[in-house]
Amino acid sequence: MLKELTKGIIKENPILVIMLGLCPTLAVSTTAVNGLAMGVAFAFVLLGSNIVISLLRKAIPDQIRIPAFIVIISTFVTIADYSLKAYLPFLSKSLGVFVPLIVVNCIVMGRAEAYACKNTVFNSFLDAIGMSIGFTMIITLIGVIRELLGNGTIFNYALMPANFTPFLIMILPPGGFLAIGFLMALKIKIFK
Amino acid sequence: MVSNDLNIFLIILSAMIINNILLIKFIALCSFFGISNNMQASVGMGLAVLFVICMSSTITWIVYYGILVPLNLTYLRTASYILTIATFVQFTEMFIKKFFHALYMALGIYLPLIVVNCAILAAAFLGTDYELNFINNLFYNLGVAGGYFLAIVLFAGIRERIMLAPISPSFKGYPIAFITASLMSLSFLGFKGLFGL
Repeated sequence: MLKELTKGIIKENPILVIMLGLCPTLAVSTTAVNGLAMGVAFAFVLLGSNIVISLLRKAIPDQIRIPAFIVIISTFVTIADYSLKAYLPFLSKSLGVFVPLIVVNCIVMGRAEAYACKNTVFNSFLDAIGMSIGFTMIITLIGVIRELLGNGTIFNYALMPANFTPFLIMILPPGGFLAIGFLMALKIKIFK
Repeated sequence: MVSNDLNIFLIILSAMIINNILLIKFIALCSFFGISNNMQASVGMGLAVLFVICMSSTITWIVYYGILVPLNLTYLRTASYILTIATFVQFTEMFIKKFFHALYMALGIYLPLIVVNCAILAAAFLGTDYELNFINNLFYNLGVAGGYFLAIVLFAGIRERIMLAPISPSFKGYPIAFITASLMSLSFLGFKGLFGL
């Protein structure tokens, strides 16, 4: 049981190991807060869709399972999108088109297809929690690195000494590629 | 920011180069890294995206302004767009398989992959977010797709050369690809602010 929970965090980490869901990881990780918010929105969608799909796994005919998954996932995405717009409009603005784009996030679809439609509700729930933690952890970590180097702050608290010159590039698009490139190299170096 | 006030040339330039969908906007990166280790596949995917984006965004534009807005159902945008695109791609595949067999052989295997290519959905969303009119929306999507084609083909060319280069073992494969993409993104960033876009 614990294995279902922890596999998403390191062994099958959706971003670093399976290489899925790269777009939001790079695009919204300019600050730690944005990364965390994206992780939470993503976790909500993955939890909801994994539970509903595994509840309905006997009712959905095999031939039309993909459209059925899409409808279920897009329902949760719409809920997340509109809740963010209503309660946290500034976050909704900075995450922009990437909230509705969770609907084509390969991780959500991948877990539905590979896991939720074959396993019990409880296991799917654990699977979603593990995957969400793995995703949120990495996206927040990249956000922290980019914010610290590009702005000298973490979660808006200044951490760097006063004479630190921020590398502006880290919060611009090229910095996103650079951060994940080095993070992956580090992961290969450590876990080899 | 793209709007209806710009002329067509500037809309295409902005969508294709200045706000390149892959390198500046970070959309559709899965296919960007997944396919670009093969030049031929990159060209095929680029062409398939070009074709599908132009057609499907026009259809979603009609769905949005013809059905969703008059009936006050704009909150169904996400669900209706993805279903429209999935259906359209399926029909296109059947249609060109029957009538344009040579084209099918060239694009065939990339068409099903396109349903999960977020560039298609993102282009449709961005077109409606910018509130473009019908003609501008078409040219905007042409620019987005052209930008996708340009970036993925350039990147595939660079990656073919990288395979021959001696690279430290930790960086082999994806890490060096990301760093290459970072440098490409940097060069595209150089266009930022051109014509105030």
